[in-house]
Amino acid sequence: MRRDVRVLRRELPFFLLRTVMQPLLFIVVFGYMLPRMGFVRGEYTTALLPGVIAVSLTLSAVQSVALPMVQDFGHTKEIEDRLLAPIPIPLVAVEKMVMGVLQGIIAALVVLPAGRLIMGPIAGLTLGHAGTALAVTILGAATFSAIGLWLGSAIGATQIGLMFSIIVAPMIFFGCAYYPWRGLDPIPIAKYAVLVNPLVYVAEGMRAVLTPEMPHMPLAAVVGALVLLLAGFSALAIRSFLRRAIG
Amino acid sequence: MSAAIHISGLRKEYPTPGGGTVIALAGLDLDIASGELFGLLGPNGAGKSTTIGILTTRIRPTAGSAVVAGADVRRSSVAVRQRIGVVPQRANPDLSLTALENLVFHAGYFGIPRVAATARAHTLMGTLGIADKMRARVGELSGGQQQRLMIARALIHEPRVIFLDEPTVGLDPQARLGLWEILRSLHADGRTIVMTTHYMEEADQLCDRLAIIDHGALLALDTPVALKARVPGGGTLDELFISLTGRELD
Repeated sequence: MRRDVRVLRRELPFFLLRTVMQPLLFIVVFGYMLPRMGFVRGEYTTALLPGVIAVSLTLSAVQSVALPMVQDFGHTKEIEDRLLAPIPIPLVAVEKMVMGVLQGIIAALVVLPAGRLIMGPIAGLTLGHAGTALAVTILGAATFSAIGLWLGSAIGATQIGLMFSIIVAPMIFFGCAYYPWRGLDPIPIAKYAVLVNPLVYVAEGMRAVLTPEMPHMPLAAVVGALVLLLAGFSALAIRSFLRRAIG
Repeated sequence: MSAAIHISGLRKEYPTPGGGTVIALAGLDLDIASGELFGLLGPNGAGKSTTIGILTTRIRPTAGSAVVAGADVRRSSVAVRQRIGVVPQRANPDLSLTALENLVFHAGYFGIPRVAATARAHTLMGTLGIADKMRARVGELSGGQQQRLMIARALIHEPRVIFLDEPTVGLDPQARLGLWEILRSLHADGRTIVMTTHYMEEADQLCDRLAIIDHGALLALDTPVALKARVPGGGTLDELFISLTGRELD
């Protein structure tokens, strides 16, 4: 853990560039420029900010676990020294997930104030539920760290680009990040189809705690879904990790 | 001398995509004494790395048992890892860290406090001739220096048994001789060392005893001198290998 914290501290600027650049650009265009150009209404920023925070924290969690894992198991075999440590091997996997959660929290803590600064005042934004917001952040980041661990240990280095094209990109666009889930009411098929997407629960959870007066999915449903997804993906991830780690 | 490693009926099978199995180890029996420098000699695919993999808990055996430094590899894998040091076939240092950090963090995994670990790392890097690379990122080290760093990493927690998997592959002749000296010195300290190699000369020069294996089975086990004496009229380990298998090693 200390090793990963040292590496993260050393590579923090690159980590931030990698994970928050895209969400911040999205905020600049859709949260600052388009409202001022009159193409979207001002209240769109209320729906956008929690969604962008959700994308940032989930992307950083999934990337921070999956990318080094692909490299470790593929070319460099760097993880070998930790697999030779006198601890149960599943703990090595759990430590990776904990680091993913930490990076997810950092991403959320950067994007929230940056988004608020760029977009200006946001109707209905409150930090009155900061504790619950942190809980949803941790739950969401943990779920996506598990997904990252699963993908990182299940796929080879040559398929990593494909992973982002066919899994991560659709997940972002159909994850109710850039529009609220209740906004899909006129398209019932989409409204229920997107429920298979874990990002939906993180984005709606963020809306529930940051902009609670806007329509959103009930917080209990969000937490319930995330707990189930976390349990399921953690089991898959640790099994896949063990299969790669022990011959 | 007591046995540092006891292997009994060790077997490893891998499934093939076609539904069949490949036998990597076909019931190996072996005892390695404490303080011995023991060599596993054989061609690529003979089962040497699989044996090392099982003894270092990175590969799960299909059948049989192996006890390393008093701990069973299957039932007490954590205890085995506490007592062994491993030098891999291809150096795999942590590229995000400096050479010194590689050692200090690795020692930390074994519960060694930072101050003690740093002191040990300084001593080891001095002994292995890489003290001047302490603050360098490991990517800046040559192949031979990285291999020395791997040896330092394997030794930093003062293990009872050291495993080296083809430690001189890819090294230039000078680095190889340097590594031989390091191994001789570790052996003189009384450590149990198990190494795999497919270089006959290396096995002949370094090892107290050798196990020649092929197709996952033990073909011969003895001191290099006794093994060479098996060749009619005396000969080399190469000639012995040809007489045992009908083919050359490389």
